[in-house]
Amino acid sequence: MSTDVDSEGEFETSSGGFDTDSLTGVGLEWTHRTESLFHAVLFGASVLGVVVLAVLIVDVILDALTGLAIGLDPVTFLTQHYSNDSSQAGFLGAIVGSVLLLFFTFLFSFFLGVGTAVYLEEYAPNTRVTRLIEANLTNLAGVPSVVYGLLALGVFVNGLRMGPILLAGSIALALLVVPIVIVASQEALRSVPDGMRNGSLATGATRWQTVRGVVLPSAMPGIVTGTILALARAIGETAPLLMVGTVWGLRHTPGPFDRFGAMTTQIYQWAFLPETELNFLAAMGIAVLLAILLGMYGVAFLVRNKYERSY
Amino acid sequence: MSTDTSPDPGITAEVADADRRRNRRVRRLLFGCTSITVLTTIAIFAVLFDNAFQFFTDERFHQWLIGMAADLTLYFPEQRVGLLEFFTDTEWRPSHADDPRFGIIPLAAGTLLVTIGAAFVSIPIGTATALYLSEYATPGTRKYLKPTLEVLAGIPTIVYGFFALTFITPVIVGPLGALFGISVGRFSALSGSIVVGIMTIPMVASISEDAMSSVPDELRNGAYALGASKYRVSLSVVLPASISGVMASYILAVSRAIGETMAVLLAAGYSANLTGNPFDEIMTMTAYMVDATRSTMTVGSVEFQSLFAVGLALFCMTLTANLVNDYVKRRYREVYR
Amino acid sequence: MAQTDSLITTDVSVTDRERTSRPDETVVRADGLEVHYGEERALTDVDIDIPERKVTAIIGPSGCGKSTFLRCVNRMNDQIDTCRIDGDLSFHGKNVYDDDVDPVALRRKIGMVFQKPNPFPKSIRDNVAYGLRVQGKTDDVDARVRQALEGAALWEEVEGQLDSSGLDLSGGQQQRLCIARAIAPDPEVLLMDEPTSALDPVAAAKIEDLIADLAREYTVIIVTHNMQQAARISDKTAVFLTGGELVEFDDTATIFEDPDDQRVEDYITGRFG
Repeated sequence: MSTDVDSEGEFETSSGGFDTDSLTGVGLEWTHRTESLFHAVLFGASVLGVVVLAVLIVDVILDALTGLAIGLDPVTFLTQHYSNDSSQAGFLGAIVGSVLLLFFTFLFSFFLGVGTAVYLEEYAPNTRVTRLIEANLTNLAGVPSVVYGLLALGVFVNGLRMGPILLAGSIALALLVVPIVIVASQEALRSVPDGMRNGSLATGATRWQTVRGVVLPSAMPGIVTGTILALARAIGETAPLLMVGTVWGLRHTPGPFDRFGAMTTQIYQWAFLPETELNFLAAMGIAVLLAILLGMYGVAFLVRNKYERSY
Repeated sequence: MSTDTSPDPGITAEVADADRRRNRRVRRLLFGCTSITVLTTIAIFAVLFDNAFQFFTDERFHQWLIGMAADLTLYFPEQRVGLLEFFTDTEWRPSHADDPRFGIIPLAAGTLLVTIGAAFVSIPIGTATALYLSEYATPGTRKYLKPTLEVLAGIPTIVYGFFALTFITPVIVGPLGALFGISVGRFSALSGSIVVGIMTIPMVASISEDAMSSVPDELRNGAYALGASKYRVSLSVVLPASISGVMASYILAVSRAIGETMAVLLAAGYSANLTGNPFDEIMTMTAYMVDATRSTMTVGSVEFQSLFAVGLALFCMTLTANLVNDYVKRRYREVYR
Repeated sequence: MAQTDSLITTDVSVTDRERTSRPDETVVRADGLEVHYGEERALTDVDIDIPERKVTAIIGPSGCGKSTFLRCVNRMNDQIDTCRIDGDLSFHGKNVYDDDVDPVALRRKIGMVFQKPNPFPKSIRDNVAYGLRVQGKTDDVDARVRQALEGAALWEEVEGQLDSSGLDLSGGQQQRLCIARAIAPDPEVLLMDEPTSALDPVAAAKIEDLIADLAREYTVIIVTHNMQQAARISDKTAVFLTGGELVEFDDTATIFEDPDDQRVEDYITGRFG
């Protein structure tokens, strides 16, 4: 007990001589200033992204509006084909080309991507080969898009003598986005709790019955969202299509076996040439492209919020 | 109830035979899908190599093999462009009528210049954004900042190219050049660097932030308990603890910058100058490939096949970056297990 | 097994089924059953004869291998890559780990209810009908669904809302839905892995009442960490202790009143585990 008294006595002494200033942060001014500065710098860097986005959008809109102001007609733009006379030039063929490309890209990439994801998540044994396949996927996702264009050029356009047709372009885009569809689908499949798989297997369902009856329906919103985002990537791609070979100035509505162009390649042509009037056309094209993209993101967002369930 | 005769309580394979067979069929089909992804990789490399071979010689690689097999002789195909020329010549002018030259150095230097410049933009800003999101931002700020970054990442590259052409070059790079007394043309390496840097900010920010967010709070609390201020915790605890993930994001951003095509073409241009001056127009490897498609080329000509030679070089560069990234990521996973 | 014909001639219950075996006959038998997960041993030399149409409870402290044993019976352990099984585990005298046994076929005879209710994100009707469809028993689905829901004492509560999602039910209802799902295809054995541990006491009591009824039709093997529950609802009780050892297996009354093994007595009276 005597030690207790001792320590209590000591405590009182030290409390008496305690310098309360040391708790008020006197002498820490420099630290605080650095702290505020650091915070401000980080905040500024983060906001830069927002600023760039705003400037970019304003830049495009201003150029598009200038185009309208100097007499480019939006109705002509949306309903006519390409023309060398910029006041008569339209975007119709490019829009149709992009939509068709999108459709075939979806057709080629969706089943391939979802099938691969289902195999990897639901069937594949955990072996070295499986891990190699997964590593290969991350690698494929990192291959520059222009290289996919070369692949399509070498194999489909020249190798199989398809020629530079829309279908070849959509194959290039499909191969490009398949890794994205796969990864998104894998994530969606992983988010389905194992309890559901077990519940199904325990009723005597085969692996496939389980996947079709329980796992895929639950994962579908995530898969759909991921696929839409992948297609949004596809519709914004330019380089692979140029490698496949697009029409410089699209004066027709392309079909799947025709020579083709897309919104992006037409924008490239208008932006690339030095006449400022063409730049306004490019800006109007970009406005259409961004509007379509916005629509796709909107749908993806709605699907995610409406149907996605957390378990 | 042990019996000598083999009992059959109806649990053998025959019972669900049809379902089992369907399951096996589906499994094979799905495996087929999966093997297409592997096939794609093989096809990319094979096509690039086979065609690039015809750039250096007068035959495709497979034609050479078939030729040798048919005649049962060993021969070397005739050389068109020397490997030495390809890697050491300092000029790239494939369509020059009298004296075409095929030195990849100006293209590689252009790519390097843009990539390094872009890293100077994306790495500091991306890292700062990641730190802000992970350590400082309130949930309310995050709610707006993260989608904005996602939108930035989702804007097509051609739009960034247009942005470079109509804003970055005339409004930022032009006046900056004037400051040094340099008149900047429609294209400049600096514009390319800035625009590619901006495009890769979201990538650096989101991957780095993932790594930073996975740093356990115990580490932060340990530093706070020692009286460290927030910026010290951020810089001396969070950043080092997440360094492998952060590094991985840098490598990915560099890989993306190397492969970036449209924005670079519209920002940095298409003349293959070997220069270190950021205000000069240059040509990157990707820009060459896309720009070349504007001219008519014959399949099999040196000029046409040069697309694949440059493509192969590009593929090898990004592949290396991706493999390094894989390696770094695997180490990073080990740290937190 | 004649179980596909004339199942639902009445809407009262499934009593007209013919079984090849007599009551008190062994349905599931383990003989020297050992299970390893990688290097770790989960079950040690288990011998047990589980009788037909009785409730057999398996109790023991956490990590004693109760669930492992249960998941061996319908080969749900196949899902775990590192799992290795030695010894015999037979269903009506047929070793379920024989090469010619298909886990899919086995699980059509042996239903299972899990610890956490796991209804599918489908309507109540589709949840119950799921097993029927999977097993190709697509005739009279509605009648079978109703019968299963009655069997799971859920019919009256969900009669008017068969098309609403199974996930909208309460936890206890979800678990009874899972029981209905398990019994709808009319298995012989019903495995229950701590089916009440995620539920509140009132919901748990309903399930307990239900289990007693189920034993008239099915052989029920239930894993529980709740000794009172085992005492209330089971006919036979098996006590596993740490190390995956089956220490004692006997009539429930004997286990709880006069166990042979001192360790079991210690465990029952709370001096162990």
